[in-house]
Amino acid sequence: MTTLIIIVIYLGLLLGLGIFSARFSRGTSEDFFVASHSIGPVLLLMSVFGTTMTAFALVGSTGEAYANGIGVYGKMASWSGLIHSAVFFIIGIKMWSYGRKYGFVTQCQYFRDRFESNAIGYVLFPILIALVIPYLLIGILGAGSVLLGVTKGALPAVFPATGGAIPPWLTGLVICSVVLTYVFLGGMRAAAWANTFQTIVFMIMGCLAFYIISTKLGGLEAATQMAKPERLIRGDHVPQLQFLTYCFVPLSVGMFPHLFQHWLTAKSAKTFRLTVIAHPIFILIVWVPCILIGVWATGAVIDGVRIIPEGARANAVLGIMVGKLAGSPYSGLVTAGILAAIMSSLDSQFMCLGTMFTNDIVFHHFGKDRFSEKQQILLARIFIVFIVLLTYAFTLFEPRRVFTLGVWCFSGFSALFPLVFASVYWKRVTKPGAYACIVTAAAVWFYFFRDSNYGKVPDYLVLGMMPVAVIFLCSTIAIVVVSLLTKVPSQKTITKYFPSSAQEV
Amino acid sequence: MKKIIYGAAIVLAILHQDFWYWDDATLIYGFLPVGLVYHMVYSLLAGLLWAMAVFFAWPSHIEEEAEQSIQEMEKNTAL
Repeated sequence: MTTLIIIVIYLGLLLGLGIFSARFSRGTSEDFFVASHSIGPVLLLMSVFGTTMTAFALVGSTGEAYANGIGVYGKMASWSGLIHSAVFFIIGIKMWSYGRKYGFVTQCQYFRDRFESNAIGYVLFPILIALVIPYLLIGILGAGSVLLGVTKGALPAVFPATGGAIPPWLTGLVICSVVLTYVFLGGMRAAAWANTFQTIVFMIMGCLAFYIISTKLGGLEAATQMAKPERLIRGDHVPQLQFLTYCFVPLSVGMFPHLFQHWLTAKSAKTFRLTVIAHPIFILIVWVPCILIGVWATGAVIDGVRIIPEGARANAVLGIMVGKLAGSPYSGLVTAGILAAIMSSLDSQFMCLGTMFTNDIVFHHFGKDRFSEKQQILLARIFIVFIVLLTYAFTLFEPRRVFTLGVWCFSGFSALFPLVFASVYWKRVTKPGAYACIVTAAAVWFYFFRDSNYGKVPDYLVLGMMPVAVIFLCSTIAIVVVSLLTKVPSQKTITKYFPSSAQEV
Repeated sequence: MKKIIYGAAIVLAILHQDFWYWDDATLIYGFLPVGLVYHMVYSLLAGLLWAMAVFFAWPSHIEEEAEQSIQEMEKNTAL
């Protein structure tokens, strides 16, 4: 019960933060959508990091480490440390400059202008939304799994079917409602402040969870001694080619709609510097404790009894370890930290959806002047609620492993990376080439995703590689070949985006 | 300096495939698997690499160009 009270207090604090940030709202759509470009370096770092550290990073990494061992750090975390910052550096800063110079708020606005095509936005928009939905889904699934594990036995009379634990459907409903509320109250500014607060909370609580769990297991050495030996190496659990081709997954940050929006909220390009440097370090701080907890869970026993029951789902491992070992009030604090990580991603995604819909569909089709500031914000909110309800409906189906679903989601965005990279660095890329890239990426991604039974197969490979490698290759070939075979962009566009070398292509 | 940084990034990418620790069960400080420690150090090196990139290879020209464009647009609007 103490755990539940702490969680309720934490959620209340978030709502309070939303109400407080709303006082600073200027009431304009620009303030609602991009906080009037007033976010500085620390807030940007916390915001970006909070957005990228999701249920995937906590629930997913722990579960994956439980299932396949330490290799998950190398697969995702260390590759991300190198590649995320590279993408921020080579793509993010350029995107910031285009946003500042030409007033873009969304990716679709940028791509429409870059490729001289209105229709490309209508093609890209549903694909981006479709890929964001799994990203929302892993957050809601992750939260539900954690609370299911942590609150076991808390309310047996109220929830007998789950052994007294808060059922995932209720957790999902509550966190969606809390996030929607503070986002609706304060917009992007509330999301940025909440991200900062929540990033600090989950980093501190992550360290706390690690300390408490290791102590309860008899210390760091004793905990590791309990683990299954095969989880302490990569061995056969991680094929070498799979490990290598995981490098394509972090490229997804180049096309995350909500990160693009974060890049736009920076005061200046200099505000990216801290993010570029600190991101790999912050990833390390969050992932290492989670992975060790997952590995320890494979053999952790207290008084001769296994902590994790045989056959337990990977998603449930973190929640069970925290629930059984942290004890009150720490389990409440740690759970709040986990929820913080999850919600800090959800808020940015919710904001992003609303911005995309209003700008890329409604304003683009009907014209912005047709709607008042209040109507613009209302339209965004309606669409956000629609997508959240749709995603929530998906959570009621058989759940997938958070890590697996997360990788599929990221793979889709990674497959579109050739599009953004070419748009920034290749003058010769054409409109048909861009279409070919988008359609190929979407089609090949869906083909493999369906073949994996929509993420049900956890270690689905294509020719021994991560599917993202093959999809990336296909979309790259499509954009290059089709661009070379089609008419070059107009000189006006080339001059606009490549001013220092404005020559005939 | 930029070329050194780009080269370092490529070397770091190559070093990611640490096949020499693949089946090594050595524990560092008695609890950290060596395969995990290697990649923790890798993450620290990535941070160092990007710190060098920020201090020695920051694309200042992008910022200057953007600010110049904004000033010109504001001037045109005022006129």
